[in-house]
Amino acid sequence: MDKMPKWADVVLVPVVSLLLAAIISVIVFLTIGQNPWEALKLMAFGAVGTSDFLGYTLFYATNFIFTGLAVAVAFHASLFNIGGEGQVLLGGLGAAVVVLLVPWPHWTLALIAGGTAAAVFGALWVVIPAYLQARRGSHIVITTIMFNFMASGLLIYALSGPLKPEGQMQVASALFPEAAHLPSLNDIAQIFGSDMFGRSPVNISILIALLACVAVWALIWHTRLGYQIRALGRSESAARYAGISAVNITMITLLISGGLAGMMAINNTMGINSPQLVDNAAGGAGFIGIAVALMGRNHPIGIVIAALLFGALYQGGAELSAATSIPVQIVVVIQALVIMFTGALDEMVRAPIEKLFIRFGRSRTVEE
Amino acid sequence: MDFFTIIQLGDASVRMALPLLLACLAGLFSERAGIFDIGLEGKMLAAAFLSAAVSFASGSVWVGLLAGIGISVLLSIIHGLASITFKGNPLISGVAINFFAAGLTVVIAQGWFAQGGRTPSLPKDARFNGLDFPGALTRVRDKMQASPGMQFYSEFVSGHSILVYLGLLTVPLTWWILYRTRFGLRLRAVGEAPEAVDTAGISVVRLRYSAVIICGILCGIAGAYLSTAVQAGFTKDMTANRGFIALAALIFAKWRPWYALGACLLFGLFFAIDNRFQNIQLQVIWIMILLLGCAVAMTTYALRREKIDVLVLGGLSAVLAAVAFVTWFGTASGEGISIVSALWETVKVPSQLIQSLPYLFVVIVLAGFVGKAIPPRAGGQPYVKER
Amino acid sequence: MDDIAPAIELVGISKAFGPVQANKDISIRVMPGTIHGIIGENGAGKSTLMSILYGFYKADAGEVFINGQKTEIPDSQAAIAAGIGMVFQHFKLVQNFSVLENVVLGAEDGALLRPSLAKARKQLKSLAAEYELNVDPDAIIEDIGVGMQQRVEILKALYRQADILILDEPTGVLTPAEADQLFRILGRLKEEGKTIILITHKLREIMDITDTVSVMRRGEMDSTVKTSETNPADLAERMVGRKVLLRVDKVPAQPKDVVLEVKDLNITDEKGVHRLKSVSFNVRAGEILGIAGVSGNGQSELLEVLGGYEKATGHVLMNGVPLDLTGAHSDGQSRRARGIAHVPEDRQHEGLIMDFSAWENTAFGYHHDAKYQRNGLLMDNAAIMQDAQEKMDRFDVRPPNPMLAAKNFSGGNQQKIVVAREIERDPDLLLVGQPTRGVDIGAIEFIHQQIVALRDAGKAILLVSVELDEIMGLSDRIAVMFDGQIMGERLPQDTNEKELGLLMAGVTDGEAA
Repeated sequence: MDKMPKWADVVLVPVVSLLLAAIISVIVFLTIGQNPWEALKLMAFGAVGTSDFLGYTLFYATNFIFTGLAVAVAFHASLFNIGGEGQVLLGGLGAAVVVLLVPWPHWTLALIAGGTAAAVFGALWVVIPAYLQARRGSHIVITTIMFNFMASGLLIYALSGPLKPEGQMQVASALFPEAAHLPSLNDIAQIFGSDMFGRSPVNISILIALLACVAVWALIWHTRLGYQIRALGRSESAARYAGISAVNITMITLLISGGLAGMMAINNTMGINSPQLVDNAAGGAGFIGIAVALMGRNHPIGIVIAALLFGALYQGGAELSAATSIPVQIVVVIQALVIMFTGALDEMVRAPIEKLFIRFGRSRTVEE
Repeated sequence: MDFFTIIQLGDASVRMALPLLLACLAGLFSERAGIFDIGLEGKMLAAAFLSAAVSFASGSVWVGLLAGIGISVLLSIIHGLASITFKGNPLISGVAINFFAAGLTVVIAQGWFAQGGRTPSLPKDARFNGLDFPGALTRVRDKMQASPGMQFYSEFVSGHSILVYLGLLTVPLTWWILYRTRFGLRLRAVGEAPEAVDTAGISVVRLRYSAVIICGILCGIAGAYLSTAVQAGFTKDMTANRGFIALAALIFAKWRPWYALGACLLFGLFFAIDNRFQNIQLQVIWIMILLLGCAVAMTTYALRREKIDVLVLGGLSAVLAAVAFVTWFGTASGEGISIVSALWETVKVPSQLIQSLPYLFVVIVLAGFVGKAIPPRAGGQPYVKER
Repeated sequence: MDDIAPAIELVGISKAFGPVQANKDISIRVMPGTIHGIIGENGAGKSTLMSILYGFYKADAGEVFINGQKTEIPDSQAAIAAGIGMVFQHFKLVQNFSVLENVVLGAEDGALLRPSLAKARKQLKSLAAEYELNVDPDAIIEDIGVGMQQRVEILKALYRQADILILDEPTGVLTPAEADQLFRILGRLKEEGKTIILITHKLREIMDITDTVSVMRRGEMDSTVKTSETNPADLAERMVGRKVLLRVDKVPAQPKDVVLEVKDLNITDEKGVHRLKSVSFNVRAGEILGIAGVSGNGQSELLEVLGGYEKATGHVLMNGVPLDLTGAHSDGQSRRARGIAHVPEDRQHEGLIMDFSAWENTAFGYHHDAKYQRNGLLMDNAAIMQDAQEKMDRFDVRPPNPMLAAKNFSGGNQQKIVVAREIERDPDLLLVGQPTRGVDIGAIEFIHQQIVALRDAGKAILLVSVELDEIMGLSDRIAVMFDGQIMGERLPQDTNEKELGLLMAGVTDGEAA
């Protein structure tokens, strides 16, 4: 029996959770002697106030769409892929290797090659944890966290050694060749005579991200594979009855998840104004992907909305810290509160709301 | 490598190991009671900040220590609320707490001290300083010329902060609590079979909260140690993933106190080596033997099993073999020598690899290829009475 | 009549969970120093009653008297304090602790462990001597056998000075030899003045060791009698009940060729218990073979093997061609490809995905079917919805809304969704487990008609049910399973409930009272 109508489940509960997170955030602002209302205004302006700022917001949102999709796909099979950070780094590595090694004549080719490499490398990085979970029952959370750390080490090794151009001091790869530069949205706007999005790094990857949303939507709700993923995630015993192989589906799901995370490199490494692979290429996006997936209830539409919200938070927070003495870490605090309330403390919000619905209305039951 | 260097390494290992050890034991209590905690990092970080800040403000490092413990316990209780009372996902709660601490520490530090997100440097009497044992030498020059026994005493035994000595004592204390008290028996039971505890008339919830609070206390001490003994104040992200490494050590130690000491010392050693020796060389032939040996072992294991084992382990073996041969031929061509003589050349082992060894160990242990790492049976699942 | 107060007396205990009345006005008295049996089928309400006695649930109405004193039992601690000790069907032991540690858990003597363990060790020794409950106090639970583990559970209760011992289905996991040992121990306990309540569905145990027995059925107390004044046949009748026999109109069967051939099927589970013992039988096209038996006697495992999610050894032939029982083609999809459809016993955890909508459930297990695909890549959700709507109309599922989640349908309608899906596959063999469990009368009739219709269309049907009426009404041939074996085959017109009840309870022909 549904204890409350669908809209309450999908909209009301997350909104109340967000409100609680907002209230605690306000307290934090007050504690450090800042005016929360002013801070909010600065953040809002910093996020969407100018088209340049908006560009940055969309850029970050693109990152979070990829990592959010990655986490969400795994969640549909009741798997917790916390290795997004590492998978993103490997994706960057893959893209860098392919783009630097082969002189692509046109950016479309570079995009296809680099994007594919990014996805493949990201997926490869999750193979061992996925295999260990599926075949040996090793907890995927721990293994992916370990792989996150190892990815960081691997990346630094690559950037200090094999990928570092001669004579460069910066621990980073060479700049990607001009021909492989992806057009930014500003480039596209220029074609129409506008200077929208200015110097911001938002680029056509955002379209790829949206395409990925459509693809994931189709996969999860319109293919046999997606059907099996969801079935396995809901009930392992029923999946067994139906002849759905837990091992196979687990592995495939995690590979897709890793691939999606890896694809973030298209935006973050290939798509930026001076594309190159740098040391902290993920910047916490893997973890934010978890928050985005939770808030977006694992559905692409929700993920886009949540990604926009977090992108705005990120960008607004950056401007806030530039304009005041509040450090940029305030964004991390707000993110944490959102994760806590929409994720772990979900029941704390849900139970009273359910009680209200039961009390003030009759849920629909089926009568004979 | 002379004896004194070995002693120095040992000394550094202990210093590196201690925060790991305390955090590891903290995780041990929590997980033995059935509550997964990946928020050790966040609790340590929060404690590191608050103990440094309060030490500075009050002038007393012991008051600071108490404050650090306090904030860590508070975060533990929140984790407990989420996982025990509201039956939420402890992994999400842990991740949230880590983020929360990472962000809030910097924000409050900036608001309080306006020094770019750190606390001011702590004066000497607001810190835990090294304790010199009677008769111990204190100057490095003296120590280098002393007898081996004196070197051991002066460098390895003497000179640690009081938290180190107390911290080492927590190992036998933890063992004693777990295996020699009623509380410990019940704690271990509730992580393996909460239904057994429940039907015996004991409160599962109370036991779990106790475990979680103990976890908070130990994390608090670990964090305080970092900012008041190892360093002189709090800096952003100063825990540097120690909380996760402690988790890795915990798994490696199969959730047992004395093994935890061993695991943390081992990991401490890795970090000490990585700090000390920037240039570790290994002969190519050993690299070949190691990598190819693993590849062959994995492949033979996989061939006897299912298709997916062959695919994954075979692929991994191929990668290892590729790395081995690339190293070999790369060395040969790089040095301009013959293939055969390249085998005896030495190659620098990347420092990132040494740093990654603890993580690699954990994955291998979790894979069950080095004995079973069976976590407490009831871990990660909220206890719901049978209907 | 005695003046001694009963060791334990329940008066008017009632407990409901939502609309389900698990216990209705139960009253029992058990005199001290006796062994009292409570017998009844699954779902009769025995477990609920015991949970109330042990403080897990609070009764809606009624009172409990221990030795004549009214006693409140709000939690397990109160139950233990009142002298009640319970040995659960699923043991509550810490697997990697020793026997001693398990006994002492919760009943330690002070904060330090060593003194408690020392005291317990001494106590265990004397208990062992007194009641012949020999166990090695330092053995680890996961290393000792199930019979031993059960002794540990009994020792736990005795260590806490229980005077009243309740054992819930104690012999489910024991070998006959271990069961005999248990009864010897229970006999000793009785001699020492302990009161024992034995919950079981096995008639032989009741006859062997109880002094009095109560029969529960559908949440109510049917009757209480002295064991000496009854016999297995009588108890079987009371247990199974005098329900109105659901009449199923059907023409006599016209069985054709053998479709399913099962030879020497064996399953041993991870705990080493032999679940299926050389089971052999045939099912022909156009006939319904009904497998009767109390649940837990191997029928579930049989269905799981045939359905493709449990491995076994032996031989199974489908239309003369062997089925893979252990390898790559022993899964559910392979079975479906061989023309076997399956209505599972547990529709909520196997047959349906409760959170999926009815139309999504219509494709469950058949999600690879070509008619549900659009162009090779995507599923044709519209086609599935259409199919679901048609099935719902044909099978009169209410409300006929394919978009509704499965959990929002009543039990009967949920079952109809499953039955529709499986029957409309036109399978060569239909496996059906407990088709009408939790299903209302109207739906029962409908489902029965559908099963008979399938049989009349020349298909083979293997029916497993704990409801004897259903078996008698539907089957063309009946086989009875007990303890993993086929006890015997009968034709419904040549037998009756009493005879079947005896076979179901493990009483072979030569042992009938």
